[in-house]
Amino acid sequence: MYQFEFHRPKSLAEAAALLEANEDAKALSGGQTLLPTLKQRLASPSDVVDLSAVPELKGISVSGDTVTIGAFTRHVDVAKSAEVAKAIPALSQLAAHIGDPAVRNRGTIGGSVANNDPAADYPSAVLALNATIHTNKRTIAADDFFKGLFETALDAGELIVKFTFPVPKRAGYAKFPNPASRYAMVGVFVAETASGVRVAVTGAGPGVFRAKEIEAALAGSFSAASLDGVKVPSAGMNSDMHGSAEYRAHLVTVMAKRAVAAAG
Amino acid sequence: MTAHTGIGAAVRRKEDFRFITGAGRYTDDINRPGQAHAYFLRSPHAFARIKKLDTAAAAKMPGVVAVLTGADVQADKVGGLICGWVLKGKSGEPHKAPPHPVIALDHVRHVGDQVAVVIADTLAQARDAAEAIVVEYEPLTPVIDLRRALEADAPQVHPEAPGNLCYDWEIGTPKSEVDATFAAAAHRVSLDLVNNRLVPNPMEPRAAVGEYDRGTDELVCYSTSQNPHVLRLILCAFILGIPEHKLRVIAPDVGGGFGSKIFCYAEETVCVWAARKLGRPVKWTSDRSEAFMTDAHGRDHITKAELAMDANGKFLAMRVDTIANMGAYLSTFATAVPTYLYGLLLAGQYTTPQVHCNVRAVFTNTTAVDAYRGAGRPEATYVVERLVEAAARHLKVDPAELRKRNFVPPDAFPYQTPVVVAYDSGNYANTLDEALKLADYAGFPARKAEAAARGKKRGIGFSAYIEACGLAPSAVVGSIGAGVGQWESAQIRFNATGSVFVNTGSHSHGQGHETTFAQIVSDRLGVPIDQVEVVHGDTNRVPMGMGTYGSRSLAVGGSAIMKACDKIIEKGKKIAAHLMEASVDDLEYEHGIYKVAGTDKSVPMAQVAFTAYVPFNYPPGLEPGLEESAFYDPSNFTYPSGVHIAEVEIDPDTGITTIANWTAVDDFGNVVNPMIVEGQVHGGIAQGVGQALLEGAVYDKDSGQLLTGSFMDYCMPRADDLPSFNVGMTHTPCPHNPLGVKGCGEAGAIASPAALMNAITDAIGTEIQMPATPEKVWRAIQANSSAQAA
Ligand SMILES: Cc1cc2nc3c(=O)[nH]c(=O)nc-3n(C[C@H](O)[C@H](O)[C@H](O)COP(=O)(O)OP(=O)(O)OC[C@H]3O[C@@H](n4cnc5c(N)ncnc54)[C@H](O)[C@@H]3O)c2cc1C
Repeated sequence: MYQFEFHRPKSLAEAAALLEANEDAKALSGGQTLLPTLKQRLASPSDVVDLSAVPELKGISVSGDTVTIGAFTRHVDVAKSAEVAKAIPALSQLAAHIGDPAVRNRGTIGGSVANNDPAADYPSAVLALNATIHTNKRTIAADDFFKGLFETALDAGELIVKFTFPVPKRAGYAKFPNPASRYAMVGVFVAETASGVRVAVTGAGPGVFRAKEIEAALAGSFSAASLDGVKVPSAGMNSDMHGSAEYRAHLVTVMAKRAVAAAG
Repeated sequence: MTAHTGIGAAVRRKEDFRFITGAGRYTDDINRPGQAHAYFLRSPHAFARIKKLDTAAAAKMPGVVAVLTGADVQADKVGGLICGWVLKGKSGEPHKAPPHPVIALDHVRHVGDQVAVVIADTLAQARDAAEAIVVEYEPLTPVIDLRRALEADAPQVHPEAPGNLCYDWEIGTPKSEVDATFAAAAHRVSLDLVNNRLVPNPMEPRAAVGEYDRGTDELVCYSTSQNPHVLRLILCAFILGIPEHKLRVIAPDVGGGFGSKIFCYAEETVCVWAARKLGRPVKWTSDRSEAFMTDAHGRDHITKAELAMDANGKFLAMRVDTIANMGAYLSTFATAVPTYLYGLLLAGQYTTPQVHCNVRAVFTNTTAVDAYRGAGRPEATYVVERLVEAAARHLKVDPAELRKRNFVPPDAFPYQTPVVVAYDSGNYANTLDEALKLADYAGFPARKAEAAARGKKRGIGFSAYIEACGLAPSAVVGSIGAGVGQWESAQIRFNATGSVFVNTGSHSHGQGHETTFAQIVSDRLGVPIDQVEVVHGDTNRVPMGMGTYGSRSLAVGGSAIMKACDKIIEKGKKIAAHLMEASVDDLEYEHGIYKVAGTDKSVPMAQVAFTAYVPFNYPPGLEPGLEESAFYDPSNFTYPSGVHIAEVEIDPDTGITTIANWTAVDDFGNVVNPMIVEGQVHGGIAQGVGQALLEGAVYDKDSGQLLTGSFMDYCMPRADDLPSFNVGMTHTPCPHNPLGVKGCGEAGAIASPAALMNAITDAIGTEIQMPATPEKVWRAIQANSSAQAA
């Protein structure tokens, strides 16, 4: 780790001001990505702004058809929330299978979505459920938020405050974990929502994306059987020592079927 | 009391209390007054010439004590790292031993090679300063692939090893005879096998602290070593040129080694050298990334293996041609692992009358390869047991039946194999039968059908392994190139109040010696187990030792302890006879009590011990004190054997392999602590499963970058990758050591890869290479189904 100034602001305004004032400042949420990066000296922020004491970023609430989750909500809290489990069970199951207990006890939804790791789980839920990302400046629709490999619509210094998820008719998530890291090698989130069937795929490509072929097949009938023979093109998918693009493309259909089955 | 804690009792491990309550004391827990920290600048290139190395700016950074380079090492006449086993090739010439500098001189030869070391007040300062070192490299084309290394136009890793060849070695039946048998045989099977490269990854990374006492001119090296006395010998006699009595090596609690901590590495050498040079203790602790790049890796063979059989499936001959990777430099025992620890085991449990094995060892621009749990024997078992199963498929004979047709029968021991070694004892068919029962082999077809109904492919696979442990008769290993003898030593000292110190030259780094060895002594001397203290891991407390590897600790170290116990008992007899006014010849000894035969007179060992130190009423002429030393040099290796049966279920949609059942029946001879033995079996299976399904060090074949440089990409086995194991045991005692024990530490890792890969082959009908990743399995299934459709 290199030297940096450490701050623990007590309000959203104070946190935003610190990030605005220092161009090379970094927000620290659960630290599960940022701290390893710092330890390996792959980043050298001038200031680290710890979000753990910012009250505006916390809490889970369900009202009517909307689940609201603060950015500084740990994976374990989403996984264990009875309200989330009732409203969107697929979301709590997703959270329960991120990393390992140590990661879930510190990692947060805001950190995960802001980071937009191409193999992270949450982005698929945010995109498939057509969630809205609320920042300290504006609201951003999920379809406009993810810009590929670690890129998002967030401006420098802009903070995610919370997410609002419309409650779907039904939804399911199936993940093929990378055997080593247990991030998603392919994760497919399927949702039947007010605006139709939405299917988001993580792990397979350079960033989370909607699988149009799967969506089209499920729009006809929301059943695993309707995905028989559906092929997703492998062009542009990731290829590495854990899995070729062709294998990943194949897994997208397999995992989509399992996600549909899980959605019930 | 001794009835419940002696030989054969599942005594809870004495050491666990300190380990699980965080009171263990590992090398990184040791901090000496005035200590400075070492940070190694490492090569980012697989192969490069160092054009320029400028440390001036780094030396001026805050907190820096010194920046040392290969030139400083040379100036101080510090020698290079050594390979302690001289391997003679086919034509009698010794292996090529290119220089292995402690810090690189003009070339770097693998990613992670040491370029310079910064020693500073804090680790962070040392790291900061390392970034200020200016290095100009001229990158060279590396050679990574084993076959490529042997091609005529391949880049040359060392000028001293033309063609990248370290040695070309053979063993066994003359090749021409084996070839003739193959030509005439009714059946032949052949396999191309890859034994994947593994990164050991013990929980505790390597670490060292060097300390120098100017007043006494003595050095101390705290180190995560599996064999502190051998480390002392190598550091003193071969590298640093200091007298052995001036260096104390302490290997305190060590958190796993699996072979990777046997060797003498650059980093502890630098800590000791720099501590003396700078007059300050110097500490280094590897981080995980460094461990991936610099701990000696394991395995890494490619092999063509062939088996010839007669019309009835009797094995006639085996022909094995292997290329083994040495990496960029020779590690301490690298040459012996793919030769004597491999070729000598290729007869397996079978009567195959002819075996020929040829091994070419090559240099590549990768991390050094050396012994890793099993060391050569897992590779041998993998060759033999994959071949046998391929033969069973070829002949359409049940694989258990084919093995029985070819086993060395129980009345054939001692059994001379065609590859030098003579097995001491065994009952292989008996062990296989036990395993078949425990695995419910008869019920397998029903389980397979049930799985098929669920859309899953179920397969079963065997591995009947043999290993040579208890290393080793010194004269034998000396005749084949070893640089050290392989005896073990023990000292037993009674205190006046009846408690006992047991010094052993074995080293425990997870094996539970403090319990097992205490059980032997408690059993033999009749001392309560909590009165027995096993001392190990300190060259100043334990006079001599050869350390722990090759499942040798109980068979060799335990035998030395038994010998020392016998000497104690003999001396005690004289004291007891005097106390009871009886003749020594009339005395009987049992479980800590001396009795006069045929009378009710008796004296306990505790009273004898007290008398030895308070010799008021004492045999005239006898020395006071009760303390004995013993060395034990085994007369043969021990040959543990066993059968593992893996049963897998494969999801054809994803290619994921799930282990449904695992049966292990091992013959370790007599067992001192069955709980510890079972734990060793569990851990060994986990590592073997890791090799077969999950692990594999991958280098980029062009750049030589280690692609699996962290746990994000290198997949270690986890608890949920494994089923509960069915563990059984048979006991054919070792006839040539006093405990009748054979060794159990490596068996699981030796047996399991072949069993698992055979099960996968059975399920999918195709041979694939380790690790059997889901994609490989899925592709094999796809290829099969399209072949069937066509
Ligand atoms: C061993 C391990 C296994 C893992 N496995 C998985 C897995 O299986 N699936 C998975 O999805 N993830 C996995 N993760 C990632 C983990 O779940 C975290 O979600 C992720 O590391 C980021 O969340 P964090 O709260 O730790 O963010 P941090 O590391 O604190 O921050 C990450 C980035 O986001 C920025 N940031 C943080 N909060 C905000 C905010 N409110 N607004 C704007 N920017 C912000 C930070 O500045 C930083 O750039 C794993 C991590 C580890 C270490």
